[in-house]
Amino acid sequence: MPEQTFIVNGERVTVDVEDDVRVLWVLRDLLGITGPKYGCGINVCKACTSHINGKAFNPCAVPVGRLGADDEVTTIEGLPDQVEPGQRGANGLHPMQEAWLERDVAQCGYCQPGQIMAAVALVNKVAASGGQITDADLDTIRNICRCGTYTRIREAIRDGASRM
Amino acid sequence: MTPSNDPSSDPAAAAQAAVSPYAVDRRRFVGYVLGGATLVAAADLVLVDPPPAGAEIPTLPQVPELYDLNDMLTDAARPTANLITVTINEDGTASFELPRMEVGQGITTSTAMLIAEELDLPVDRVRVTLAPARPELLFNQLTGGSNTTISTYTPIRVAAAVARKALLDAAAIVLGDTVGGLVAKAGVITAPGGASVTYGELAVRAGAGGTRAVEVELKSERDFDVIGQPTNRVDALAAVTGAKDFATDLDVPDALPTMVCRAPTLNGTPVSVRNQAAVEAMPGVTHVAQVSTGVAVRARTYGQCIDAVRALDVVWKDGPVAGESDATILKKLRAAQLPMPKLPNTPLAQTVSGDFTFYFRSNSAMDTNSAIADVRPDGATIWSGLKSPIVAQQQIALKLGMSPDKVKVNVVTAGGSFGRRLFFDAALEAAEISQKMAAPVRLMWHRADDARVGRGHPMGTCRVQATVLGNNVLAFNQSLTCVETDFRHGLGEIITAAAADLPAGVGNLGFAQTIFALTQEVPYDFGAVVQTLVETDDRFNTGSMRNIYSPDVRVASELVVDRLAAKMRMDPYQFRRKFQRNQRLLAVLDTVAQAGEWGKPMPAGTAQGIAIHKEYKGVSACLVEIDTRPVTTGRQIRNAVTGPRVTRVTFAIDVGLAINPRGLEAQMQGGINDGIALALTSSLHLRDGHFLEASWDNYFYTRQWNTPPDVRVIVMPSEETVPGGAGEAGVAASFAAVACAYARATGTMPTSFPINHAQLSFEPKPFVPPVPQSPTDGLELTS
Repeated sequence: MPEQTFIVNGERVTVDVEDDVRVLWVLRDLLGITGPKYGCGINVCKACTSHINGKAFNPCAVPVGRLGADDEVTTIEGLPDQVEPGQRGANGLHPMQEAWLERDVAQCGYCQPGQIMAAVALVNKVAASGGQITDADLDTIRNICRCGTYTRIREAIRDGASRM
Repeated sequence: MTPSNDPSSDPAAAAQAAVSPYAVDRRRFVGYVLGGATLVAAADLVLVDPPPAGAEIPTLPQVPELYDLNDMLTDAARPTANLITVTINEDGTASFELPRMEVGQGITTSTAMLIAEELDLPVDRVRVTLAPARPELLFNQLTGGSNTTISTYTPIRVAAAVARKALLDAAAIVLGDTVGGLVAKAGVITAPGGASVTYGELAVRAGAGGTRAVEVELKSERDFDVIGQPTNRVDALAAVTGAKDFATDLDVPDALPTMVCRAPTLNGTPVSVRNQAAVEAMPGVTHVAQVSTGVAVRARTYGQCIDAVRALDVVWKDGPVAGESDATILKKLRAAQLPMPKLPNTPLAQTVSGDFTFYFRSNSAMDTNSAIADVRPDGATIWSGLKSPIVAQQQIALKLGMSPDKVKVNVVTAGGSFGRRLFFDAALEAAEISQKMAAPVRLMWHRADDARVGRGHPMGTCRVQATVLGNNVLAFNQSLTCVETDFRHGLGEIITAAAADLPAGVGNLGFAQTIFALTQEVPYDFGAVVQTLVETDDRFNTGSMRNIYSPDVRVASELVVDRLAAKMRMDPYQFRRKFQRNQRLLAVLDTVAQAGEWGKPMPAGTAQGIAIHKEYKGVSACLVEIDTRPVTTGRQIRNAVTGPRVTRVTFAIDVGLAINPRGLEAQMQGGINDGIALALTSSLHLRDGHFLEASWDNYFYTRQWNTPPDVRVIVMPSEETVPGGAGEAGVAASFAAVACAYARATGTMPTSFPINHAQLSFEPKPFVPPVPQSPTDGLELTS
């Protein structure tokens, strides 16, 4: 069985598994990293949204064999470490997670790791182009929340962006 | 295991000691101190809500002999058998096992608040977990009907108050003072001289001295410090860090990923597998087993399960709706409709009518049907998100040929329910698979199965007619005809579940009629009002989707109410005021009209809509603004439905005593997005014996591009001193207000829902194989 090596949440890991197994299953079923959730397996619901080399991606749609030894995958578990300690909030978390807590966004919570990872990437992208988060930017988010927490998600993203 | 989970700790002595009635008066109750390692304080769970009278339940059927019904009934009849308990731990925390199911509605938070209030302990020191199936609770472990807070509000506070009293009694001895001189605050008891002792230090001492009955007085509403304060969720930190565990996240050794290959027609069944050996030899696959619902595969990863499911070559027997479609079911519904009473239609007395069709809808949650099952020859353990764990335990035992006490059923927090988890389809299936494979399994339904095969809201028609004479409404008749809503979970245990399973649907119909009668009303002063329900077809996988009958019934009503207003040349808001006698409804109606600027000038193609609802001991009103202009409906978004957009929502609710206004607001925000989806975008299409939707880009629940940018929820101050229900209360008025707004914006009253059902907005995925392969292009789509 082939060996797969990549970096996840700052740690280099090696897993024995076939090349075509999607990264989501490697994370969840083999490495026990369960923050990224399964919601569809076809890159539609975005519940598994994580980051690769700083950009949002959906591990359900990437065969593990496509990852290189230096590719850095960040899941929700590793998000706080993506900012300097001084930037972390009262709970020691990434500013977006802190905004999420303060606004009590989660209901069932299942989609929330993916929502937060997507929000951070969106804010970074908008900031890189020199803009502020607008309603039109928020309308582009594809992550589904079946509890319908969209109102608080929108408020928290704006709040989190101001803290980032 | 904590003592609170062990019904055998229930002492007969307590029953003998409990000579007083449970409730002495409105605020004085009798509870129990139970012996234990630390203090365990208890109250009877049926303090306020006795089990329904036998007369409401259809004739009891014979229960299979496998169940020792007498034992169960004896247990249930003992006066202290159905206790709920608050345990004080040596670390100063309180713990409580809630015999209900948290699915996102926030009941673990509101429960922690109730305990914190009576115990004078900070909310973050109260640990609320979910109780496993407790058959001795009989009727009292069902999460549904937005009833959790209504039914547990008093018993939970009584148990906490008993704990507080026992702590004070113990502190009086330790501190050498009288109870009257002590002050309990934030988990510390202080004597007048300043000496203090913590709850943790008292936990063992307060529990000593054996079981006894204790009379306590609950706090007056005037003294509430916690109840009524906006409070963040107790599980929020776990949710935002990825630490919150759902069924498939649990660490159960050797419970490998498992999926099921299902038939191409709904509820079709497997006949044989043509390539079992070849699939068993695929990478990662450990087992392939034919079960009653399909062919199960167990593998090292879910990815390998998907590969195996797609590779399986199965001979299928068609399901019971093979060949059926929306059109054929609608025809059957029309044939089953009862004649409406003849109402006069003369120049003086005119009859206004409406005839509406509501298509099938899915209550699939983000967290698909899932369960872990470890079935061994001598017993089974199940983990799943279950709202009716007692009947789940009993039915799983039947399936496995075991007695129920050999089946341990653990209730796990679930990622949404919307009614879906009243049933235990995944738990039952996982148990069967584990037994067949003789291995622990971690069963997860694929999204495609969850949408196509999972339960949903039945299709139906709703007819309304109302007679107007001058400025009065003389009569209002409404008749709902629908595919059966499955209530075979009964009241949460086998007796009533089996009653609902009587032949020919007689039993289920009794439940449906009872629930319809207990939930539906026309909240206007409309003279002679008649509402009827006919259910016809039991072949579909249905259940009580969030708010059950009310969304459809209220939409039909409120659209006709707007027509009545037009007939009388009245403004829709003023018309609703005129025919309203309920002061609470008037207050929410006036509140949204004012805060939402009812009647303000709106551009052509945009409009407001207003609607009300009354249920769960509460009242609500919703005012929406909708934009149906081409620039909005023509927005192009990949694999999406755009269409009209609700741009602003003002929602007011009087739920009675709001335990946690922040949680209540969240439930209303969710209900608003449900209402928008039901009105505009979300439905299942039945074609040739199966539902087409297999993805969130097929089943169009509200997305960010549909959700209103401006939402305001107003939690009304209430005169009521008891709480009402929250989880489902936001849907009906929202759905109705959106429908009314759409009618006013377009000048055409919609008659079928959702309004986009007639156009299929996606390319259906294949049915063989039943699940789509995961894509491989994710690295090209980073953002």
